[in-house]
Amino acid sequence: MNIVVLVKQVPDTWSERKLTDADHTLDREAADAVLDEINERAVEEALRIKEAQGGEVTVVSMGPDRATDAIRKALSMGADKAVHVSDEALHGSDAVQTARVLAKAIGTVEGYDLILAGNEATDGRAGAVPAMIAELLGLPQLTQARKVSFDGSTVTVERETEEGLTTVQASLPAVVSVTEKINEPRYPSFKGIMAAKKKPVNTVTVADLGIDAGEVGLAGALTTVLEAAPKPPRTAGERVEDDGTGGTKIAEYLVGQKLI
Amino acid sequence: MSEVLVLVDHTDGEAKKVTFELLSAARRLGEPAAVVVGAPGTAAKLRDALARHGAAKVYAAESDEATNVLVTPKVDALATLAERVSPAAVLVPSTLEGKEVAGRLAVRIGGGLLVEAVDVVADGGDVVVTQSVFGGSYVVKAKATKGTPVISVRPGSIDVEPAEGAAAEESVELPALDAAKHGRITDRQPVVGGDRPELTEASVVVSGGRGVGSAENFEIVEKLADALGAAVGASRAAVDSGYYPHQFQVGQTGKTVSPQLYIALGISGAIQHRAGMQTSKTIVAVNKDPEAPIFEIADFGVVGDLFKVAPQLTEEVTKRKG
Ligand SMILES: Cc1cc2nc3c(=O)[nH]c(=O)nc-3n(C[C@H](O)[C@H](O)[C@H](O)COP(=O)(O)OP(=O)(O)OC[C@H]3O[C@@H](n4cnc5c(N)ncnc54)[C@H](O)[C@@H]3O)c2cc1C
Ligand SMILES: Nc1ncnc2c1ncn2[C@@H]1O[C@H](COP(=O)(O)O)[C@@H](O)[C@H]1O
Repeated sequence: MNIVVLVKQVPDTWSERKLTDADHTLDREAADAVLDEINERAVEEALRIKEAQGGEVTVVSMGPDRATDAIRKALSMGADKAVHVSDEALHGSDAVQTARVLAKAIGTVEGYDLILAGNEATDGRAGAVPAMIAELLGLPQLTQARKVSFDGSTVTVERETEEGLTTVQASLPAVVSVTEKINEPRYPSFKGIMAAKKKPVNTVTVADLGIDAGEVGLAGALTTVLEAAPKPPRTAGERVEDDGTGGTKIAEYLVGQKLI
Repeated sequence: MSEVLVLVDHTDGEAKKVTFELLSAARRLGEPAAVVVGAPGTAAKLRDALARHGAAKVYAAESDEATNVLVTPKVDALATLAERVSPAAVLVPSTLEGKEVAGRLAVRIGGGLLVEAVDVVADGGDVVVTQSVFGGSYVVKAKATKGTPVISVRPGSIDVEPAEGAAAEESVELPALDAAKHGRITDRQPVVGGDRPELTEASVVVSGGRGVGSAENFEIVEKLADALGAAVGASRAAVDSGYYPHQFQVGQTGKTVSPQLYIALGISGAIQHRAGMQTSKTIVAVNKDPEAPIFEIADFGVVGDLFKVAPQLTEEVTKRKG
């Protein structure tokens, strides 16, 4: 089975994440950049499927030059090759534009059966790109999967949302997004890290994908940020040691705040 | 006045609270038009409730088929109507499925996608949304510059204002579905609601972390929640340890909650947990470690053993509510 995995480099959730004052886009200098954890899980799932069924795993990512680090991480886990869409013109692209570019980039991968993605990125939290790709490519959408299985050319997922669990089935090719309950991702081995250095990464521009530079980035965006302001951090209030009356003290505090 | 399409979130014809929140938001932008997608007969069940919340129209996109296919029937209905009525905006709930519907719709109609809005206002001819990003550490105002704005609104962020609406029913034909392009639902295990409020809708949330120690011990969290009429939440560590189901996870990769009162029991307050709850009005924390970062954002903190403090609090609350 040939699998495309969509991975995104994001600011580390452990660091302080900021927007730039200039154009309210992500301040990429402010925080460490990492492969989004949910995408490690998507890569892991792709590798498990490949290990069971054979085939090839291609990583596709759209992001600035430094996204190469995230791509290398996926390759060092065991993915075979990568397509990296990198272009100055992409700066400030919104979700609709991102989905359009990714759909084109996926189109450069020959003979894929499955597209795997994370259900939601930790930076933008759009939670929509996999569904948008399915829309653009006219493929079945099997998203929010906590379990994926195959029977010939039929893929079945256990989808988990606020509604509960649903079992969803479709024939391949299909788009599957995974939740954090899907698996525990492996750590890249030393051998994997060394091998990743030699794996092919095809870096492409928007022009290479047949997209007009005016359609992407801030200039072509369908949405615009009017203003962005950091929220003043919360401050600590009162704190007491429990001397056997801790619960009562909370109750008194809540009464004082008219919360009970 | 332009129509504002609202995707109705319902379970078998019973509206979720977020639907009324969306209708209230829609009234600020134009004429609210509720879009019901479901099995035949669903819109009729919902009509009264939608009328009481200001729906001028109720569009019924009904078919048995629609209930067995993910996401796309909703997109089809909204796209058909978007073309027919050129709405001022389309509002959908910012649930996992709602966000997918919004994304596909924006792609299909070439509209600007605005996700996780916590407020929506009309500003001149524009629809301006407020978003709370990076776990509430930034407040952003944004608008669509091209096409119809497609906006997902975070449940629990808009006050419900009842209003009378005509709720004139009109049916919408759903296009035939191409089997090769859709996932089919073959089985369904709905969440059994129970008596507790939904996590994102609750005005009080009591959450437990790894400190709770076991699934059985979560009863302590539930008892306090029930005394307060609260929803129960959990940290990722508690979910990963199997103490509580995943759908109750609060944080960066779980639910975002913003209740009047959030009580954290045995939760350290890692940055990713705070990302899902730090916009709560009042935060109370119980943790035996005085260094736990949760205390940095708690309005009232008790350094102590949750197994002693929580039951005492439950008892006090029950007594006072008498
Ligand atoms: C990409 C990413 C996404 C994440 N998303 C989320 C998310 O959505 N939600 C989330 O919660 N986390 C998330 N995390 C995980 C997060 O980093 C923390 O690991 C997690 O929040 C810790 O949960 P905890 O506070 O319950 O556990 P711990 O950090 O282990 O803390 C347990 C606390 O309980 C206290 N305690 C123990 N016993 C008692 C007792 N008897 N009485 C009182 N206190 C006691 C301890 O002092 C300690 O402070 C994410 C991490 C990453 C990398
Ligand atoms: N720029 C990108 N490059 C590659 N994959 C992406 C990109 N943006 C989103 N994705 C994929 O879509 C998933 C959901 O992202 P989102 O819809 O942005 O929350 C991510 O986990 C990725 O798998």
